[in-house]
Parts: sequence; structure tokens; C-alpha cells
Amino acid sequence: MNRRTVRRALSNLMVGLMVGAVTVALLPLVVILIDLVVKGAGSLSLDFFTRTPAPAGESGGGVVHALVGTLLIVGTAALIGLPTGIAAGIYCAEFPGSRLTWVTRFVADVLNGTPSIVVGVFAWAWIVATQKHFSALAGSAALAILMIPMVLRTTEEMIKLVPNSLREAALALGYPRWRTSLGIVVRTTLPGIVTGSLLAVARIAGETAPLLFTALGSQYLSYGLDQPMAALPLTVFTYATGPYEEWHRYAWAAALVLILVVFVLSLGARLAIRRRFDFDA
Amino acid sequence: MIATTEREALPGARASAQHGLEHASYGDGLFKALLTLGALTIPVLLAFLVYELWSGARLAIGRFGLDFITTSTWDPVAEQFGALPLIFGTLLSSLVALVIAVPLSLGVAIYLTEFAPKALRQPVSFLIGLLAAIPSVVYGLWGIFVLIPLLRTTVFPLLQDALGFLPFFQGPIYGPSMLAAGIILAIMVMPYVMSVSREVLLAVPNTQREAALALGATRWEAVITTVVPYARSGILGAVILGLGRALGETMAVTMVIGNRHEVAASLFAPGYTMAAAIANEFSEAVGDMHLSALAYVAFLLFVVTVLVNAGARLLIWRVARGSAAGGKAL
Amino acid sequence: MPEPALATAPVPITVVTPADAPARFRVETDELTAMYGDFTAVKQVSLGFTPNRVHALIGPSGCGKSTFLRTLNRMHELSEGGWITGRVLLDGADIYASRVNAMQLRRRIGMVFQRPTPFPTMSVYDNVAAGLRVQGRLSRAELDGLVERSLRQAALWDEVKDRLRGSAMALSGGQQQRLCLARTIAPSPEVVLLDEPTASLDPQGTQRIEELLFGLKREFTIIIVTHNLQQAARVSDTTTFFYLGSMVESGPTRQIFTAPREQQTEAYITGRFG
Repeated sequence: MNRRTVRRALSNLMVGLMVGAVTVALLPLVVILIDLVVKGAGSLSLDFFTRTPAPAGESGGGVVHALVGTLLIVGTAALIGLPTGIAAGIYCAEFPGSRLTWVTRFVADVLNGTPSIVVGVFAWAWIVATQKHFSALAGSAALAILMIPMVLRTTEEMIKLVPNSLREAALALGYPRWRTSLGIVVRTTLPGIVTGSLLAVARIAGETAPLLFTALGSQYLSYGLDQPMAALPLTVFTYATGPYEEWHRYAWAAALVLILVVFVLSLGARLAIRRRFDFDA
Repeated sequence: MIATTEREALPGARASAQHGLEHASYGDGLFKALLTLGALTIPVLLAFLVYELWSGARLAIGRFGLDFITTSTWDPVAEQFGALPLIFGTLLSSLVALVIAVPLSLGVAIYLTEFAPKALRQPVSFLIGLLAAIPSVVYGLWGIFVLIPLLRTTVFPLLQDALGFLPFFQGPIYGPSMLAAGIILAIMVMPYVMSVSREVLLAVPNTQREAALALGATRWEAVITTVVPYARSGILGAVILGLGRALGETMAVTMVIGNRHEVAASLFAPGYTMAAAIANEFSEAVGDMHLSALAYVAFLLFVVTVLVNAGARLLIWRVARGSAAGGKAL
Repeated sequence: MPEPALATAPVPITVVTPADAPARFRVETDELTAMYGDFTAVKQVSLGFTPNRVHALIGPSGCGKSTFLRTLNRMHELSEGGWITGRVLLDGADIYASRVNAMQLRRRIGMVFQRPTPFPTMSVYDNVAAGLRVQGRLSRAELDGLVERSLRQAALWDEVKDRLRGSAMALSGGQQQRLCLARTIAPSPEVVLLDEPTASLDPQGTQRIEELLFGLKREFTIIIVTHNLQQAARVSDTTTFFYLGSMVESGPTRQIFTAPREQQTEAYITGRFG
């Protein structure tokens, strides 16, 4: 066996190992998804989606309180986080030389890397501690803080894709600066901004840690933002770590629903951006 | 010839001709003000966050100072708090995660960049990205009911038989353990390390590969001798980014690590991390000192992750200077 | 092709007044110097542009002609580090005076750029109407009328009249450029600036744009930057030659191309450098 054959064999071996790595990497994905369906789908029923939990340990009941809770908490967070993040993103893109832009980008990076539990502690100190009670609003605030840097970055990146010639054409026509930014630039890049927003919403919809001591969770259906509120991820956590067999089964079902929500939002967002928009002639 | 009719000046145009060229645009000022408000929110929030963490931790800092980092007693009733097991657990679980995840991630990244058939690249990359979309609590759920039983009955005993001479693999096997946490963290961190490594590898100019191939190297040799060294600081950056993510992971870890304030040599022993401790104890904290100790932990966690992430970004930026890879970290 | 009017008396090098044109200049520059930071792109140019004529600006790449053009509608200051000294007058009024609102100015001096830039999210109709809508409220009927008129003047009406609501991006390159022209002239600016408008078009598209200029100059004062000498010779009444930021020579097109006064001009015209 000459040297060349050995080297060739080594190369092929390494490629084989790498393919193995890909398989090992994808294995958990497949296994987790299958487990979710196998263990969770069975518990999905109309009751599951429409009823509140049964008394502890008993069968029946559902997680409508968590579904409504997630909707309200995430919705409120989006209401706070999206306008702020998008406005900040537009600012950074339209005034790139400004010192505030530099600071904001830097801080957004820092916030992006901050563990979500730390943000939860902050929201607790800011809202829960001062109001002396847990609230869904505090949870929404924590999620909004997580959301803003994500939305800022995607918005800024999207706006930067718009060629300057488009801005110039509008300005040369006598468009005021604000109308150029909004009516031409942002409008052109709107699909991208929407995508970025949906992705951010998908990310925070799955967050548990920041809600642990802000919204706290609840066994009851409630609509009050100044009260503790249930949320899907919190329910998964409580049921998974609880003592009842019944709860464990519901944890799988709730996790399945949660993942479906996250996936649908993420995939939907990416599909929206697939539509190519041509700027050039 | 084009028929042109007489053009009347628009009413607006006539008016501006009269007034010359002066008209203020109030919209611009308002617009910029609103945008500035949005942008300002972010630094203000961070400043506020740091302030709140600091003032929440002040009580504990005053009482324990830096001993907090070196002592192990965690007794809420006696109001004695030492975070060494938490710090130890955070570092060890992250280390284990990286040991598992980095070779895997690099292997996948190199394969996808250099060897994979074109048609496979996007789909595989996308699928791995899905791993990043799975919420932490779902990983934890799977960890409790699927991974841990599997580890406890099959993998751990095997490891103990094979490597039991090492202190890491000695001691009783319960299931919830540092190693279980490390494995779950590895799965969660892998998409990030893989994705950033891939961006970094893609930023390596083609001339590097071509030069090696022209000299008669095999594909593998070309990659390992030219591309990887070229991208080495960027890859290191990707790894450190993964570390940053592992340090802050909460839910999956707290569901599989056993939640025990203890420093142990064995990977089979239960442990604790900073994030897990906060998650478990915060809402039922016993007294102000307990809360403050947890806030101190949060503050430390914050500082550590900020520093680690900053270091990571610096390294990644150096290789992928200016290109899109520099800004992406999922 | 109509004969450009010739000066009947010896003319100073900087000012051209075709005999049958009104005595006032529509646009005039006075010792205009344009800079990017420390770099001087245009040096002390004093030029006058008579109304209802096509004025060409020619010169090799980097000679400052585009920069000069962009000072006329205050687009230059939007570039990184762009600033000027000197004056630019529109109907005698200094457009750089401190009270002047640049946005309002740009409604009186329009510009068509080298690459067609229709607004991608708007229909053909909305593109043409954009400049009208931004200046104030017009009734639906008025808008319809002005849109049609502009499209006819840009020789685009017949091609798009059945798809006014269609996306502007569906048009060909040449059509898009004519659309941009229609968009620019719809609000009746006094001056239309064209910065190499046919550079990215094929010969057919180029020809169509050039044909339009003869009709358009009846209503507008047109200043066109072009690197295409034949184009300048074909369409313009006056030509000004720029080189390295300075205005070398300016005069009736006929004279510039057949009997240039300056050696540099002749060298450029005959293709000895470019």
C-alpha cells in the first residue's frame, strides 16, 4: 500500500466520520420530535384546548389557561417590543454615523447575550418588587426586553439592503426625509421586517425562565395583566417536574403544542422572506 | 410628435414660487424624535438592568464580599450563602458540553462547507437550525423522561465499567447529573457553534483551498492544513460563543442536573448551576438575604456571560472582517 | 433635428446666451466650488443655463460633472462630506441661503438618475403620481389627468395604459427609465437634471429617451450629464466641457464640436483621451 493510497483512505475516513457527525447531530432532533408526537399527541383533545386544569392528580381538564396566557403575555410583549425594536432599527440604519447608533448596537449585542433568567431577575426587581405582586405584565416586560435587540438587528439589516439610489430618487422628488424613510425604504423592506418580527416572537414564545418569577404561572384562567398568569412553557415545566403521572402526560402534550406554535411561526416567517423583491431594473 | 397641452402650475407650486423656497418640514423632527426614543430605550434599559442587579445584590455583597465565590455553604435558614458549587457546576457543565459539542459542530461545519453535495447543504443546515428553535423547557422535558432513564440504565453503567478508574466516572449513579446536563447542553449549543463556524469557514478565500489542491493534497488535507488554520481564531470565537450560551442556559439544565449545592468530582453526581439555582429558588426565597444572594448570583452570571460573549465577538470579527458572518450569532 | 441657436456676437468663455432665448438664466452658478471633505471635485465654476434649452455637460470620468449637477438640486450635500462654497441661483434666488428648505427646492428641480429607480412597492400609476401626492392633495380626476399627461410626454402612455395598476418592476429597463422621467416631470418642475440617463440602456432605449428631450425642452430647462459625446452632439443646445473639476469651455453645441476654442476640449472631442 503506497503513501498515496493511505492518504486517500484517510481522507475518505475523515469524510465518513464527518457524515457520522451529521447523523449524530441530527439524531436528537428526530428523536425529540418523534417523542413529542408519540407521547403528546394522544393527550390532545378538545378538552385539552378548552378546559382549565382539573384538581391536582385528577384526570380530565386541559390547558386553555396556558394557551390564553401565552397569547396575552406574548402579545403584550410584542406590543411593547416590536415598535421599540423596529424604531431603534430604523434609527440605526438611517443615522449610521450617530454616536447613539454605535452605543445602541453595542448594548443590543450585550443584551442579546444576556441569559434570559437574568432579564427575569431584572423584571422582577423593576416591576414585581415595586408592585409587591407577581404579574403577567412583568413577564411581558421581560420578554419584550429579550425581543428588542433581536428585532433591532433584523430591522437594521433589512433596511441596509435597500440601495441608496432608491432613497435618492425619493429625495430628489421632493420627499421629506421622514417620508422617504417610512414610505419608501421601510415600505420596500416590510416583508423582511415582518419576518424578523415573527422570528423574534417565535423565540420569546418558548421562553420559560423569565416568566418563572414574573408571571409566575397559575392554575386558573385569567385575563388580568396585573395578576399572575399561566403560560404554555411554564405549564410544561410545572407538569414535567410535578409528581403526578397525569401531569407528565399533559406536559408532553403541552410541549407538542408549544413546539408547533414556535415552528409554525418560524417557518412562516422564513417563507415570507422567500419572495424575492427586485430593486434593480 | 407628442402632443403636449399647456401645463398649469400646480397650486402648490405656485404658492412656493410666491414664498420663495422657504417651508419647514415638521414631520422630519417628529420622526427623528420618535426613532431616537426607540433607540435610547436600549442603553437606558441596560443601565437600569445593571443598576437593579447591583442594588439587589448589594446586601449579599456587603455581607459576603468575594468569599461568596469561594465558599460552599448554602443555608437559607442560617443565612449563609456560598456560590462555589454554582460557579463550579456552571463551568463544569459548560465544559462537558463543549467537549462533546465542539468536535461534532466542527465536523458538521467542515462537512457542510467543504465536502457535502450542494443539494444537501441548505436542508441539513436548516434542520440543524431547527434544533436551536426548540425551547429549553422542551429539552428539559425530554431530558427527564427519555434521556436520563437511557443514561441511567445503559450509558452511565457502560462508562463506569470502561472508565471507572477515573474519578469522573466513579460514584453512585442516580440519573440526574452533571453529565446529563452536559449532554443536553451540548445538543442545545451545537447549532450555534456549527452555524458560526460555517460562516467563518465560508469567509476563507477560495485561493487557500485551491493552492493546497494544486499541490496535490487530498480534499481532507487541503482543508485541515489551509482552511482550518486560516479560520482558527474565528472558530475559537464560535466555540466561545457556544460557551456563552451554555453558561446562561436555565430550564433544560435545572430539569436534569439534580439541583444539589455540592462540588463533586464525579460526573454522575448531581450538581447545580448559577442559572438553575436562580430559577429554582427565586420565587420562594426565604428572606431578604436569600433574595440578595440570588441577585448576587445573577449579577455574577451577567458579568461572566457579557465578558465571554464580548471575547467571542472580537475573535469572530477578526476572521470575518466586515462580512455578514461577523454579525450573526443566531 | 432642430438647429441649436448660435450666438451672433463673440461670447465670453463662461456665459452663453442663444439669441432668441430670454435674457435671464433659469439656473446660474457663481464661483461654485464643491467638495467632499477635503477633496475638491468642482472648482469655481460660473455657468448660466438659459431656459427651455438642453444643456449638456461632458467630460471624462471623475471630471466633476456629476458632482456639479448634484449641487444644482442640493443632492450633493447628502453625500458623505459634501459641501460647497459659492452660489447657485434659481431664477435669481440663492438656493443655498439659510432659509431655503432643500426639500421644497427639489420639487422645483427634478432629477433622473443613471439607473432606473422605480419605487418597487408601487404600481406604474402610483410611481408617476408619487411626486404629485407628496406635494399636496389633488382630486382623483386631477391625478389621472396629470399622470396620463406625464406618461404621454415620456412616450410611455401607450405601452402602459392598460397596466397602470401593475407593478412598476414588471417594465423593461428602458420603460422604467421613461417611467422615472414621467415621475420627475409630473409635478411640473422648472428644471430637469439628467445624470447619464441612458448609460444603462440599450441603443433602442437610449434613442427613445433622446427623442423625448426635444419635446420636453419646450416646458423645462434640461441639463444633462453624459459621457457619450455623440449623444451630447445630438440632443443639446449648449455643451460645457469639464476637466479635473474645472469648467474648461462652454458654448453652443455646434461650436464646441466643430470649432472648440481650447486645446483640451479639442483633444477630448476627438477622442485623444477620455
